[in-house]
Amino acid sequence: MPGSLSKDAITILLVTAILIWIMPQLISTYTLTILIVYGMLGLSLGLIWGFGGILCFGQAAFFGLGAYTYAIAAINIGESTFPMLLAVLVPAAFAALLGAMMFYGRLTDVYLGVITLVVTLILFKFINSTAGPQYVIGNARLGGFNGIPGFQTLNIPGRPDDYIWGDSYFYVCAVLLALVLFLVSALLRSSFGRVAVGIRENEVRMSLMGYDVRARKTVLFAVGAAIAGLAGALFANWAEIVTPSLFSLGQSAEIIIWCIVGGLGTRFGPILGAAGLAYLKFLLGQQSVVDNTLITGLILVLFVLFLPKGIVPALAGLWKVSFGRRPQGRIHQQRRMRNRGGANG
Amino acid sequence: MDLTVVILVEMLYAVASLILISAGLAVIFGMMKVINLAHGEFMMMGGYATITAVNLGVNIFMAMLIIAPIVVGLIGLVVERLVIRHLYGRLVDTMLATWGLSLFFIGLATMIFGNTTTGISTPIPGFAIGNYQINGYNFFIIVIAILLLIGMLAILKATRAGLIARGAMQRSDMAAALGYSPDRIYLATFFCGSALSGLAGAVLAPLVGLVPTSGGAYIAKAFITVIAGGPSLIAGLFSSAGFFGIVNQIFTFAISPVIGEVALLVAAVVLLRLLPQGITGKFFKGNF
Repeated sequence: MPGSLSKDAITILLVTAILIWIMPQLISTYTLTILIVYGMLGLSLGLIWGFGGILCFGQAAFFGLGAYTYAIAAINIGESTFPMLLAVLVPAAFAALLGAMMFYGRLTDVYLGVITLVVTLILFKFINSTAGPQYVIGNARLGGFNGIPGFQTLNIPGRPDDYIWGDSYFYVCAVLLALVLFLVSALLRSSFGRVAVGIRENEVRMSLMGYDVRARKTVLFAVGAAIAGLAGALFANWAEIVTPSLFSLGQSAEIIIWCIVGGLGTRFGPILGAAGLAYLKFLLGQQSVVDNTLITGLILVLFVLFLPKGIVPALAGLWKVSFGRRPQGRIHQQRRMRNRGGANG
Repeated sequence: MDLTVVILVEMLYAVASLILISAGLAVIFGMMKVINLAHGEFMMMGGYATITAVNLGVNIFMAMLIIAPIVVGLIGLVVERLVIRHLYGRLVDTMLATWGLSLFFIGLATMIFGNTTTGISTPIPGFAIGNYQINGYNFFIIVIAILLLIGMLAILKATRAGLIARGAMQRSDMAAALGYSPDRIYLATFFCGSALSGLAGAVLAPLVGLVPTSGGAYIAKAFITVIAGGPSLIAGLFSSAGFFGIVNQIFTFAISPVIGEVALLVAAVVLLRLLPQGITGKFFKGNF
């Protein structure tokens, strides 16, 4: 990864500025807010899959968990600051437990995928079946498939009556995304991030070099879940209702598709993939000639077959070929391509 | 006494339906190492093929046991030629591409059949054991599952085609050197796997209301059954379906069907954590 952290910061500031000043003139801020939330969700999987080599089929579990945590805590507390924190911490703690169970069991690849998938299903089934009045946490009824409506939405910290909504909520989300992106960049530049990429490339070698692969993967997994949880809480504030469909397999599938289409192993790829595809879905939802799901599926198949690296790396490659200096490290690039999709120990 | 019989039949039925659900995937994933996430949609299409055929006036058993497997098998052929063929050996990519396919088929089914529940009635009447009513169709499913296991075992172990297929899955280069075309063998195996999925979907169709998204209900169960089964195809299928089916039914009877489902999934997580190679990876090594 060329450049330095300060250069990253400038890029991120620039992108945020564009996001805040130019995008609202093209798309309504209400739609933009959800695109940003999805972008953050895409980034969370992009971090652990693209850089950590952990293919998690259940990123939606952490997203949903964040949203539900926020909703339940907000009903019980009646103020949004602490619930927002909880919505980050609870999924992270859950992921740390789950990750520890998986990584200390040395599960990889398919088994990892299946376990995360199954855990998502368990949550989905459980939440779906909690319609009865006996399922309460504090004052909050879990509500089964009806979800939880009517919780306290985001307010200025300490002032429960000053809601942040509409345009200002969009700005909050945009700034939070920029902040998360900056933190992710910083993490990837730190030695922890470099070791994580090393683990993705060759797990055995990293463990022989004396790094505790299991602990590092667990921590990275938890960080990804924390970001997904934050996205979930932001989603809950946007939608003003949380439903079990947040945990659904379709949601998990979409996150994976965003990452594939945007480009793995990049930070901007999953964000762009998420926002782009979500917007495409929004546009497609306004017509009824062709079914929405059909197109999503077709996009995924075509990308896996013809552009498995995703859009951002392909564009970056095109840029380098057209305008850049002659690439010196061709072999490194090829090796990165080959290892896409997981560390096969 | 009556209750014991009923519970026993229900357990056998749960095991049998798990075997049915997973058989197609066991062939495609267990033999070909293609993670077919469109498996549930293959089953869904088997169900729709049956219902369409029955509505056109075909005998229901004919529709379930012959038409549906052939239709879904042919769809499988097209899918193999267009998509899967390019992805052999790339585990994660097959998973993603077939996930795309599954969404594609859901969309297609929604466009053709609409997003409504369709169904056909079970062709076998129920009967009473003491004070309990039992669905006669359950016995049909148990019989089909047993025949299916015996049939798969016979084909894989006792016929030349089965031998060639098993050989080509292990060393496709050796099979090629001996004059068999791995390309064709893969194609034929994928056809069989899809046909089995279609059969399962068709046989289970009278029991469930069919919607375009009903494949999602099967996929996770099929996966954990096959993966928990481990490397040996039929012994693995039988043992893990037996284990999960019994766990599911115990909790269903003791608490509620939802807890039964959750117990099945929790059992799967625990089992995979303890035996990451699957049941047969540990206990019955190397036998089909």
